[in-house]
Amino acid sequence: MTISSQSFKGRTTFGRTLMVCAFLLFVLAMVLLISSVIGSQRLPIRGSFCALTGKSNCGLSAEERAILLDIRLPRILLAGAVGMCLAAAGAAYQALLRNPLAEPYLLGVSNGAAVGTMVALVFFSAHEWNRPVLAFAGALAATFVVYRLGRGRTGATPDRLILAGVIVTTFLSSAIVFITTVMDATRIRSFTFWLLGDLSGTTTSLLTVAFIAAAIGVVVLIINARSLNLMMLGERDAFDLGVQVAGVRLLVFAAASLLVGASVASSGSVGYVGLVVPHLVRLSFGSDNRLVIPAAALAGATFVIVADTLARTIIAPRELPVGAITALIGAPLFIYLLKR
Amino acid sequence: MLEAKDITVNYELRQAVVDVSLRAEPGEVVAIIGPNGAGKSTLLRTLNGALTPTHGAVLLDNRPIQSYARRAMARRIAVVAQEADLRFPITVFEFVLGGRYAWSSSRLWGWESDRDVEVAQQVLNETELAGFESRLMNELSGGERQRAVLARALATEAQVLLLDEPTANLDLAHQATMLRLVRTRCDTRETAAVVVTHDVNLAAEFADRVMLLKDGRAIVMGTPGEVLTPELLRAVFNLQVLVDAHPISGAPRITPVHELRR
Repeated sequence: MTISSQSFKGRTTFGRTLMVCAFLLFVLAMVLLISSVIGSQRLPIRGSFCALTGKSNCGLSAEERAILLDIRLPRILLAGAVGMCLAAAGAAYQALLRNPLAEPYLLGVSNGAAVGTMVALVFFSAHEWNRPVLAFAGALAATFVVYRLGRGRTGATPDRLILAGVIVTTFLSSAIVFITTVMDATRIRSFTFWLLGDLSGTTTSLLTVAFIAAAIGVVVLIINARSLNLMMLGERDAFDLGVQVAGVRLLVFAAASLLVGASVASSGSVGYVGLVVPHLVRLSFGSDNRLVIPAAALAGATFVIVADTLARTIIAPRELPVGAITALIGAPLFIYLLKR
Repeated sequence: MLEAKDITVNYELRQAVVDVSLRAEPGEVVAIIGPNGAGKSTLLRTLNGALTPTHGAVLLDNRPIQSYARRAMARRIAVVAQEADLRFPITVFEFVLGGRYAWSSSRLWGWESDRDVEVAQQVLNETELAGFESRLMNELSGGERQRAVLARALATEAQVLLLDEPTANLDLAHQATMLRLVRTRCDTRETAAVVVTHDVNLAAEFADRVMLLKDGRAIVMGTPGEVLTPELLRAVFNLQVLVDAHPISGAPRITPVHELRR
């Protein structure tokens, strides 16, 4: 038995998915290269590209080399990982909750992860690994609360779900305020920045965690993508057609929470990525999740890298939180989707 | 062959279905008729294992339905729901290929085989939707969309079809088309179909046997001629009806007598 490659109008094939992903990967690589030379300190293009390939003798000064490899590159890689996590998670939430408006930030899942991260920082700050673990736990808890609240007695409606998200978000926001007041004053400012999405505080271990989580999460979602295609049409239909509904739901929720947790633990709540990117991907390539999820992951990485490059250049040498840029793009799109 | 033996289904304190037995033989169309809230949909959802009966058992080929794995079940019993709930743009072809889910194998990495694509094309022809492949589901008319829902169920190649008011939102011509397609499938592929419907006259023409259901209980089961009598219909619907023969097919024709105030 082989995968059908017969190309028919009206369906997504394996070959088409590979082609789209290859194209998006190419765009991502280009954006990565370009964004690494742009910044408050302009770097020589040729020398920088040479240094990025790992060569040591590229005509860069020691300072330029340090900016490129120690400051800029880790930040760009983190932006990519965060974008990958949030966009793939957004696509998964939308399919599972059957709601084009579902998004980690709007559902309160990001805030759940933020509370987890803050608890780790305030109470268990000795180990850096606590942050992603508690962020994951927070995201998972918030996901289930929103899911329960959103269902109601008559089943889930899109509006009810978004309302549930608002309630969870505001509740968790007050929890965040509460934790912030417990902190000492010097840390408050950096936290406010972090809450809006901040990619500047990268460490190697956080970067590693973000990439591992992104890889695991995206792979789990891709494996369940065909089931998600049916869940997207209703859980009852999916059940009738042979989907293990409860199992798929649990796996997808866990994977999406893992993705959100990893991204929030390393960079705070970057909003609207999970809304904007899957929407554009669906608009361009159709709704088949076997294509949407990997494509959203790649396009999400590109999107956040571009947004972060803007965040650190438009008022250089000062910086904006990347979340401010993504929200500036995402909020109008949300209104547009709501009005349709 | 699908068989329900004395099944009772409870919703919390209420009994939705009480002691109902039913058989659907290969090639046979069975219609379930009854007033709103009689337990028709509950009965149907019990027949494919979505609900578990509190008493009695549902057997598929003499094996309890609960012993089948979810996918194995979906290859044998397909459900045609009233209306697809579409929140994302999805093409007719993608939608119909959803019926091949239960046939997927890990060797295909979650993608369709050539056979899946062939079957989907074939059922699109069968349901008169050839040429609609790349149209979006939410751009179709009600009749076309309902045929796509039927096509997806046929794509499973299941030996039993369960249809829950498949004609509820359709006009006269599309109602007849829908049931004709089901009838053809049953006649040509030895498929059994259980149809829940409000349309007594369509049931009289297309069904081999009819069950009248009231308050969760099967009042009677038999051929349309035996079941669709003024006395029985009055007992079930609380309404006086006239029954005569359809001028062309000879099937019972039911006309409600409305007691309008003058």
